[in-house]
Parts: sequence; C-alpha cells; structure tokens
Amino acid sequence: MKKKFSGSGLKAWLYLLPAVLFLGVFMVYPLIDVFVYSFEEGYNSASQTYFGTGVYNYSYVLHDPYFLQAVKNTFLLVIITVPLSTGIALLISAGLSSVKPLRNLFQTVYFLPYVTNTLAVGLVFMILFKKTAYSDGFINLILSWFGASPVDFIDGPYWAKMFVLCFYTIWVVMPFKILILTSALSSVNRQYYNAARVDGTSRFRIFMRITLPMISPMIFYLIITGFIGAFKAYSDVVALFGTNLNAAEMNTIVGYVYDMLYGDSGGYPSYASAAAILLFAIVLTITCINLLISRKKVHY
Amino acid sequence: MDYRQIEQKARTRKTVQSVFTYFFLAFWAVIVLFPFYWMILTSVKSYGAYNSEYIPKFYTLSPTLQNYAEAFSAVSLGRYLLNTVVFTVITTTVMMIVITLAAFAFARLEFRGKNIVFLLFLSLMMIPNELVIITNFVTVTNLNMRNTFAGLILPSVTSVFYIYLLKENFEQVSDSLYYAAKVDGTSDFKYLLKVLIPISKPTLITIAILKVIECWNSYVWPRLITDDEKYFLVSNGIQEIRENGFGRENIPAMMAAVVVISVPLIVLFLIFRNKIMAGVSRGGLKG
Repeated sequence: MKKKFSGSGLKAWLYLLPAVLFLGVFMVYPLIDVFVYSFEEGYNSASQTYFGTGVYNYSYVLHDPYFLQAVKNTFLLVIITVPLSTGIALLISAGLSSVKPLRNLFQTVYFLPYVTNTLAVGLVFMILFKKTAYSDGFINLILSWFGASPVDFIDGPYWAKMFVLCFYTIWVVMPFKILILTSALSSVNRQYYNAARVDGTSRFRIFMRITLPMISPMIFYLIITGFIGAFKAYSDVVALFGTNLNAAEMNTIVGYVYDMLYGDSGGYPSYASAAAILLFAIVLTITCINLLISRKKVHY
Repeated sequence: MDYRQIEQKARTRKTVQSVFTYFFLAFWAVIVLFPFYWMILTSVKSYGAYNSEYIPKFYTLSPTLQNYAEAFSAVSLGRYLLNTVVFTVITTTVMMIVITLAAFAFARLEFRGKNIVFLLFLSLMMIPNELVIITNFVTVTNLNMRNTFAGLILPSVTSVFYIYLLKENFEQVSDSLYYAAKVDGTSDFKYLLKVLIPISKPTLITIAILKVIECWNSYVWPRLITDDEKYFLVSNGIQEIRENGFGRENIPAMMAAVVVISVPLIVLFLIFRNKIMAGVSRGGLKG
C-alpha cells in the first residue's frame, strides 16, 4: 500500500504550499522578527538601521507613563469584566435553561451583539452615554430619574469612562459566554437532577452542588478565553473614545502597541515590539496560573 | 395541611420563580436590544428635531429617510461598503481554497513528516495576532502594498484553526469512498472536488460565514494598512465619519451610517442563525 502512494509525497506538499507560504511569511517570520526588533536599539524604520542591541526598548516602555497608564487600564478592565460577564452569563444561561417558551427567541436576541460591528455599535453607546451642550444624553436622563446629577461618561471623570468601557465590553462578550454556557447546561445529565429532586434538595443547592461542578470545565474555559480577550481590548475602546486614546487616558496595552507603530505618535516598531512581547508574557503567565488553579478546582 | 394545599403551594412557588426568571431574561434582552432601537430611532429623526431635544425622546412622530440619503452623499459610505464587500469576498474565497487544499493534504495524503508539520501548524494557533502584526506592517509597507487590496487581504487568507476544523471533517468521510475513487482511476484532486467538498459542504459553509463576519468587522489591520480614504473598510469608514464626517455634530446621519453597516450582518445572522451559533460554539473568535 505504502509503495503505491510513494509518489504522493511531493504532491501533498503541493497542496500544502499555499498555506505554508502564507503562514511562513505572515506568521512564522514575523514571530521571530518581533523578538529581533525588540532588542534592536534606536531602529529607524526609514533607513532600516539601528545602533546596537540590548534591553533598552523594554526599559523605555516600562518607564513610559503612557504604557503604565495602559497597563493600569487593561488590568482594571480585565479584573472587572471577566468575573462580572462570566457571572451574569451564568445567571442568564441558568434562567434560559429553566424556561421553555420563548427560549429560542431570547437566545437569538442575546446573540445579536456577536454579529455586529464593534466600531459601529460603539458609536451608539457613545451617544447614549455622552453629555453635550445640547443634551445630557439618554443615560443621564435615566440617572436623573433617580435623582443623580449628570455625568459626562465619555469626556468626564476617569471612573465614568472606565464604567462605560466595562459596560460595553461586557455587552460585547456576553453572546459567546451565554452560548457556551447554555450548551454546557443542556448537556448535564438529567438523571442527576431527578435524583436530587427525589431527595428533596433545594434548587439553590442543586445548582451549587450539581450544576456548577458539572459545567466547571466550561466555566474555566470561558474565564481563560475571557482573560485573553480582555487583555487584548482595543477596538471597543477606540469605538467609545476615538483614536487619540492617550489623551483620553483610556489607552490599553494593545492600543499602546499600535500607537507606537503607526499614527501621529508612531514610527517606533522596536518599542511596539517590546510592548507586544510584554503583553504576551503577561497573558501567558496569567493563562498558566489559570490552568494551574483549574487543575485543582475543576471537576472532570 | 393536606396534599392539595402542598401542591397548591408548590405550584405558586413555581409560577413566582418563572415570572422572576422571565423578568430577568427580558431585562437583559432590553439591554441588548436597546442600542439597536436607539440607533434606528435616531437615524430617522431629522437633524433639527434631534438637536432640539434637550431631553431625548423615545419615539418620533415624523420619521425621515433624509439621513440615509445624506449618509450616502455627504461621506463616501457607498465606497466603504463596496470596499468591504470586495475585501470580504476575495479574502473568504482565497482562504477557503487555501485551507481546503491544506486540510485535504493532512486528512488524506501521505507524506513524510506529516505529523510533525501538523503539530507545528497547531502550535501556530497559540500565536496572538498582536505579536506578528508589527512585522507584517513593516513587510507590507516595504513591499509598497499599503493602500492596496493585496496588502489588506494577503495576511488574513490562512487560518490554522479552520484547517484543523476542516481536516477533522474530511477525516470523518469513509475511506472506502477514497479507495473506490482510486479504483475508478479518479485523481486525488478530482476526488477532493467531486466527493469530499460536496460531502463537507455544511462545514465549509459554516467556516465561510464565520470568516465573512470576521472580515466585515475587521478594524485593526485595515487601519494600519490604509490611510487613503479610497481603501477604507466600513470600520475605518465609521471612525472617519465620527472624527471628520458630517461636521461632527450630525448624529442622526451618523446613526444612519451605523444602521447601514450593521444591517448586512444581522440579515446574514437571521438567515444562518443555527449554523453561525453552532460554528461559534465550536471555536469562537471573540470574547
């Protein structure tokens, strides 16, 4: 058999050629190159020359107040949105699987944010939250019903801007989490529930002792992907606050990388590379920690 | 307390619980839907009416399509849409060809080092885009491909994940079909074209739809690679409109543009709802 197909070795590579070529040029080479860039000091993108090699780029980035601001924003965003969105998604999915009529309709509605353009809908959020000279905006109208004074959520105080960003981020990531958790919940064997009900176990206890452990692998999957996704936040921030994120004090690490690369403050691929590698190191560390915890806590 | 009373009590409790659940579900549905309602509502308010509302109104009695006309005439929304369609169609088509060929090689053909190569492919899945985009930006700039469709398209025509997904799918097709085709003297390529692709059509369609969504919403790479408005995609277009178009304050026209950009994907989603949701749960891209 083997001999018969021996001529197909070359042919197989021919089938693979386009994929290998594209991956080589746009993934493998850049992956090596980004490390090279990050150690080349004083790289000039116009003349493609540099003075020497070393860790100066890293130290520059780590001492750049804009980068520190971006790190702070990103960490805040991650710490707030990942637990909140996972928790709310869990509640919604539990609610969804306990009802029959209208379930499909709700599922369809909940999934809508996934298929919308982040930039476009971000603009709607900006308008809902923005306070201008002509109008306090919709959210401030709601707040005024409860007697609160108007706040400019887009150009106002830091906590207000962070609140909008977290709110929008949660709105955007929710569809994926609800989808995963709903299918996880529906795959739990009904016999466990029936057994618990015969024993007269309360609903809350059933949820804590049966449902949660059974779907814990999926919850951890969502937490890990949630961490990774939130650390890479960028386009939703641009959608809300515009492209000049440093001025708005709302930059993220990924935003910092792109600002270093391109735009008014751009032209420094070395700094961008150093920042990108730092981001990758942070994400890798946190993912490893998550995996370690999940190995201890997750019930398989 | 007799049996009837206990049953009555249990039923009441169940009703209360489900009312509460529905209330909660409806509340989240309102949060999800409200921005869509608001963007459609604002897009049909006239410029004058919108700006005179110090307290925003939740409805309008005199809807107008004027803003839509303006969105297509005052800024180049039509061009952005056309660019995005061209970008999406070419990227998706080329990617489908590339990944089908690669998945076929991994699933069906024998060659030395196959397992190692496949392992290397899989390990590429862990590489975040942010890490490679810097060099790609420099590469494309040096090749003078900024502000061209080639520069926009080329870096995103392969996806290791989709190769993996498709390979799994191809491998489920029974071996006997392949040997039967071989006995009939069918070439490998013809087998791929006439047997494998028709059988795997559902998966291929799912992948294509997911890629279309990804293309339609892509923002970062197009922003880096285009600064000429002639090559803007919708995401960059909307950002441009926000920062420079319509004299900044014409929010109803802006919302009309947002509606126009959002509608195609929502229609696509409503048509292929089950396929998209099944595809996303197998390997989500966002979130």
